[in-house]
Amino acid sequence: MKLLEVKNVHARVEEKEILKGLNITINTGEVHAIMGPNGSGKSTLSKVIAGHPSFQLTEGEIQYNINGKLKDLSELEPYERSRQGIFLGFQYPVEIPGVSNLNFLLETYNAACKAQGAPIMEEEEFRIFLKKKLELLEMNDSFLDRSVNTGFSGGEKKKNEILQLLTLNPRLALLDETDSGLDIDALKIVSKGVNSFKSKYNAVVLVTHYQRLLNYIVPDFIHVLYQGRIIKTGGKELALTLEEKGYDWVIKESGMELHP
Amino acid sequence: MSTEDLLKTEYKYGFYTDIETEDFPKGLNEEIVAMISRKKDEPQWLLDYRLKAYRHWKTLEHPSWAKLNLPKIDFEDLYYYSAPKKSAKLESLDEIDPELIATFEKLGIPLSEQKRISGVAVDAVFDSVSVGTTYKDELEKVGVIFCSISEAVKNHPELVKKYLGTVVPYSDNYYAALNCAVFSDGSFVYIPKGVKCPLDLSTYFRINAKETGQFERTLVIADEGSYVNYLEGCTAPQRDENQLHAAIVELVAHDDATIKYSTVQNWYAGDKNGKGGIYNFVTKRGNCLGRNSYISWTQVEAGSAITWKYPSCNLIGDNSQGAFYSVALTNNLMQADTGTKMVHIGKNTKSTIISKGISADKSENNYRGLVKIMPSAHNARNYSQCDSMLVGSSCSANTFPYIDVKNPTATVEHEASTTKISEDQMFYLQSRGLDMEKSVSLIVNGFCADVFKTLPLEFAVEAVKLIEMKLENSIG
Repeated sequence: MKLLEVKNVHARVEEKEILKGLNITINTGEVHAIMGPNGSGKSTLSKVIAGHPSFQLTEGEIQYNINGKLKDLSELEPYERSRQGIFLGFQYPVEIPGVSNLNFLLETYNAACKAQGAPIMEEEEFRIFLKKKLELLEMNDSFLDRSVNTGFSGGEKKKNEILQLLTLNPRLALLDETDSGLDIDALKIVSKGVNSFKSKYNAVVLVTHYQRLLNYIVPDFIHVLYQGRIIKTGGKELALTLEEKGYDWVIKESGMELHP
Repeated sequence: MSTEDLLKTEYKYGFYTDIETEDFPKGLNEEIVAMISRKKDEPQWLLDYRLKAYRHWKTLEHPSWAKLNLPKIDFEDLYYYSAPKKSAKLESLDEIDPELIATFEKLGIPLSEQKRISGVAVDAVFDSVSVGTTYKDELEKVGVIFCSISEAVKNHPELVKKYLGTVVPYSDNYYAALNCAVFSDGSFVYIPKGVKCPLDLSTYFRINAKETGQFERTLVIADEGSYVNYLEGCTAPQRDENQLHAAIVELVAHDDATIKYSTVQNWYAGDKNGKGGIYNFVTKRGNCLGRNSYISWTQVEAGSAITWKYPSCNLIGDNSQGAFYSVALTNNLMQADTGTKMVHIGKNTKSTIISKGISADKSENNYRGLVKIMPSAHNARNYSQCDSMLVGSSCSANTFPYIDVKNPTATVEHEASTTKISEDQMFYLQSRGLDMEKSVSLIVNGFCADVFKTLPLEFAVEAVKLIEMKLENSIG
């Protein structure tokens, strides 16, 4: 089933155009990896889909499957997109001092439940609901009582993003450089979390710089983003070639100018 | 919902109770002071005290040091006494005028014996008089006296005479002098030696009448080794005119006694254009008189057009401790100049100040605090943390810390910060499905967490709701 269709999207931040006619189609059950050199627009893509207010969509359309129909996302606020099952895992998760992780997770979970007409949960029940997820991510219970991301190590922050992913159980997970700053053990745990989330009813988009993440979360498609456009799409083997040869050959092959 | 409806829901306590009242003529002179005293059947010494205060007040100029834009108040154009007519002696709470019962019930404060709040004894003050106190009998069994100050003057004159004005003398400041002259009612608490008060005590203040000043007076005495948790709530109808509320609260803690005093202040704050609202000018002070005594002030100041108050502690007994935890929220055109004074006199005295100011819209929010270490206060310690949060770009926040150390063994720490709700925080929370209002309230509640956790649970819940409600219309 078609979940997301990005059509000829142009987006800018302030006066700078970053996405310049980007197309991508994502179906349920698929894992996509977005790769590309620094500054190619990878993070922008995920932020634009999630509705970050700093990015302006100037051309094109993003359609998303809501109740079986593709709908234009531009009318929806970020929180509405979230409630419709779009999740953005942040490259730099934000600190919210004084707000306990438990309270934060419960608020977000119940907001989603309310939007979908599902019953909300009380704190005690919710703690039980979280127990397995915490175990899977090898997180201590004390995580729940700490303030959201405040004073967390890089690895803890990323695990916390995956905990939120598992809690909210979205249909589309956009994971922006979830692997950056992780040691090999944490990378394995985070990957385990994402793999446990993956199903035929949802889709995962991994924005990453490194092939090593893709050893653990195997993508169906790899897209190379350059200057705001996808210039090549391939299977999982493409990552290995990129790791070995870098991006220059793809850029040349696409007929685009190198490092303008 | 129309804009008009929205404006109406902004302050849900803004209704007015149409009730027959007895009002003294407008204006202030010795005759009015004497009338108030006569009305309450007061002993001569109290009348003398009032007159002395009044004569002193006449000699004073209105203070102008606060960072407030305060219009001149015409003290001749105010009523100094207004009381519901049927307030004559009541045998039981069930005899209170049903209109009043209904009013307090609407405010969430049921007074009748059947419906009263479990675990909390309430003294309800309506304009100038206390209309009823719940759980009196239960408290009397353990020797706790909880009644209106007028009753205390009648039934426990020795206690009132011993303590009244000992913490805040009538000569303390302009509004203290005024209050001493014309105070009408308020609560009185006495916790005897060694008693841990079995219930939380609470006073609910309601201003109802028009153009009336409310001058309440609260006196809390905790004898040796006793403990009390005291809560205070306030609301007023929505009116176009400003109303004056000038109270005095005095606390006295003897050896090893603890008083925790919490306030959730939600007086009407005026409309979006700054029309109307309460002037909340209050002198609150506690004497940690005894060794190892403890007094904490926790305040959530979310209402009033102008708030001007500094709940303070005189740390007189050795090893005594004072604390001030404050959340002050201003929006629209509200102004607040609030903070505390911690005066260290005894040895090894300790004080903690945690102040969180939140300003939104075009409001102005100032923290002003004094930490004074007297020569006698060996090894005194103070820790102050003053954080401000700005919501939007037209508001302002200032911090005015005064530190005066006269003993070299003292340790005084002061930290201050100013933050804005960042776009990153907002996007993060929204990308998790929380709408704008919820996101702001979560961030603000997190900002205030250190203070809220010092409140009794039910009060904390109320405080969180109050802050959410106030901010709802300030975002966008």
